[in-house]
Amino acid sequence: MVEAYTQVCVRINLTTGEIKKEKLSQEFCKNYIGGYGFVTKILWDECPTGIDPFDPRNPFIMAIGPFPGTIVPTSSKYCVGAKAPLSDRIGFGISSGSCGAQMRRTGIDMLILTGKAPEPVFIFFDDDAIKIIPCKETLWGKDIWFTEDEIRNMYGDQRISVMGIGPAGEKLAKLACITNDRARQVGRTGLGAVMGSKHVKALAFRGTKPIKVAKPEEFMIKAKELIQLANGKDTLKYRDLGTPINVMKFNDLGVLPTKNFQTGYWDKADAISGETIDEKWVVKKTGCSQCPIACDHLCGTKPDDPDWPNVVSSIDFESIYAIGSVCLIDHFPAIIKAVELCDKLGIDTMTGGTTLGFAFEAYEKGFITKEMLGDNPVYKNGLQWGDYKAMVQLVEDMCYRSTPAGDLLADGSRDAAKKLGGDTWKFSQDIKGLGIPGYELKGLTTASIGFAVSLRGACHLRSGSYGYDMKKTFDRKTYDQADKRGAALAGQEAFMAVIDSLVVCKFTRGIYHRGLPEIAEVYEMVTGIPMTGDEMEMAGHRIHDLAKCFNIREAKAAGIKPIDEDTLPWRNFNEPNLDGPTKGWKNDEVGFKKAIVEYYLARGWDERGYPTEKTLKERGLDFVVGKL
Amino acid sequence: MVTNTEKDLKVDAATLVHRILVVDPERCVGCEICESTCSMVHDDLFNPMNSRIHRVRIEPIINSCISCVSCFEPECITACPLSAITKNAETGILEVDQQKCDGCGACVRACPYGAVTVHTKNKKAIMCDMCESTPEGEPQCVEYCPKGAIFVKEIDPSVNEDRLVTIANFIKEGFPQPPEGEILN
Repeated sequence: MVEAYTQVCVRINLTTGEIKKEKLSQEFCKNYIGGYGFVTKILWDECPTGIDPFDPRNPFIMAIGPFPGTIVPTSSKYCVGAKAPLSDRIGFGISSGSCGAQMRRTGIDMLILTGKAPEPVFIFFDDDAIKIIPCKETLWGKDIWFTEDEIRNMYGDQRISVMGIGPAGEKLAKLACITNDRARQVGRTGLGAVMGSKHVKALAFRGTKPIKVAKPEEFMIKAKELIQLANGKDTLKYRDLGTPINVMKFNDLGVLPTKNFQTGYWDKADAISGETIDEKWVVKKTGCSQCPIACDHLCGTKPDDPDWPNVVSSIDFESIYAIGSVCLIDHFPAIIKAVELCDKLGIDTMTGGTTLGFAFEAYEKGFITKEMLGDNPVYKNGLQWGDYKAMVQLVEDMCYRSTPAGDLLADGSRDAAKKLGGDTWKFSQDIKGLGIPGYELKGLTTASIGFAVSLRGACHLRSGSYGYDMKKTFDRKTYDQADKRGAALAGQEAFMAVIDSLVVCKFTRGIYHRGLPEIAEVYEMVTGIPMTGDEMEMAGHRIHDLAKCFNIREAKAAGIKPIDEDTLPWRNFNEPNLDGPTKGWKNDEVGFKKAIVEYYLARGWDERGYPTEKTLKERGLDFVVGKL
Repeated sequence: MVTNTEKDLKVDAATLVHRILVVDPERCVGCEICESTCSMVHDDLFNPMNSRIHRVRIEPIINSCISCVSCFEPECITACPLSAITKNAETGILEVDQQKCDGCGACVRACPYGAVTVHTKNKKAIMCDMCESTPEGEPQCVEYCPKGAIFVKEIDPSVNEDRLVTIANFIKEGFPQPPEGEILN
């Protein structure tokens, strides 16, 4: 008997309006766990190779894991996947808030949307009833916060969970995110635009079904222990100053991305530091459903702020570096406002921020002109580094594609560079189209490998690779011990794939002191499906490798060698950091390339980055053999 | 054997206190773990619909929870057409007669705090019983709240006071701080 999982998959063909329900087998649930695993398997099986991400056949998948609705810390999470607009490779993103738990309570484990609705709609999952509701007059064109409130008001129920897209997603901006519960986003890879391409404004969930766990007594004891641990030293960083504590730590190491990644140090970093924010701007810390940590640092502008009074938005490190140090913005209320616009109108603050950085540099170098910025008086000085008013306006222009520059930048820096031509590609700081997270890779060599091989594009969450550099496990300037680095990353990738499939929050990865065997025990208590730590690790490898196979298949169809995609931006190899503790550092291209191959071998892949037949068979991916 | 009524009569009115749950909105992060826990300990199932404590979130920054506050003159009792609700004089807990209650929801509408619901499955009114009906016997939301935001507070049942005022006074008074060095929030 399987508990927690409902084993229900709902398929909706938006073109015809047809709704089907399927049963997911116990074997499928065990082998792919949930979330990221489910998404990856469906994409491999069902996404036609080489299609445009906005093709109606691109499946838009939403999946949860076994834990939502229970009190496993941070369990109310969901994963969304599709072929990604930003990268043209596997696209997936994870968000938290209340949607995961509400989806479970409606009795659905996975949702697959294909086709394109003839007119804008939102879909309401009201327990077993699934309603596709036209919303051209009511919601289309509106921001996400309005959409969320409005859907709740339509049904008079404040508990309805809504995940939706803003004008950016509607206009197919490749930076588009999906927002739920105001401050939680599926930010990366541009999945909001896939929703937009299907004419889906929002998905709303209201579930009243109970969730049973297989071993309630044992589980409640374990859950209490985990909740307490999630409030202990393992998560102190996230509860205290939050991730913004990284600003000064990284600046001191010379790895705070600054001025569009020209350097890793900023003398004004204190203005956006965790300490300053805590003192001056944090108004409340809140939590997602079932989260004991409550990392969400809501920051508010002052009531007498001359530009943007009483704006409250959710600030974390990744938003701060991207909109702050990358653009040389030290005026914090502008960051609060820009994040609010991103969350409400629907673009990812990370790739959004790095694209802004790209724009500042492109303006400085004459590729973006004053005419392209439009006639708004806020651009009277053009787009000068650190001009915070211009930056905030540009965010809005990007979300609405309302000016030539906004339109150009709405698809991210990689696409913008292609259109601008010249040398602009040299300073588009992206990997596979995704902006680089807040880690200046010229001073973090292991991270440079981890980010480069990340399957969804530049990402710090695929293997936590930066930890090896920061904790000095490996030398962060050179690529020595490349084989050991490769092995370390391969192990971490499997672990992270499990975390993303369960789906729980990475902030709780440290509370399971015995690692995967302990997580497997919790899995068994909840679902009743026998599971061991080794089986779980294998599932992690299986999911990661299958996602890699998806990318290989897509790269080949596009005529690109997969190994050529696992690389760093031009700047990293050619322009050393300008100042600070890592002054003069750059990534050694020869060492980097060797390290990438060592990583492939550590994963059980060949030197081209293809999983070998033996590896595929070991990991239960026989169905891939011969298909690459 | 002492019956309930006899016990009630023996209660010394001068020292009698009732207990209610009061939440520190400063500490509450709105995580809903209290709701999940409440439903689990009462029903062996997770379902916040059947929780006796309710998270309240007013965007963007206000979070708190509310459960039955044992009103001086409970409006749910007055509203119930079947006289199914009584207030236990000793504990102050509002008790629902499972035979009489037909789940009409009059009490839900009458409660000024939104602290009463009708159980989705057995269709009987439910409200906080301080976990007296559970094997643990003590409020489990208090035990599981990760932020230590829920407190058991004693009120004087002889004082006729609006419970909003009661709660406001508790909040004004402040709550015990967590031990030194332990940052809960």
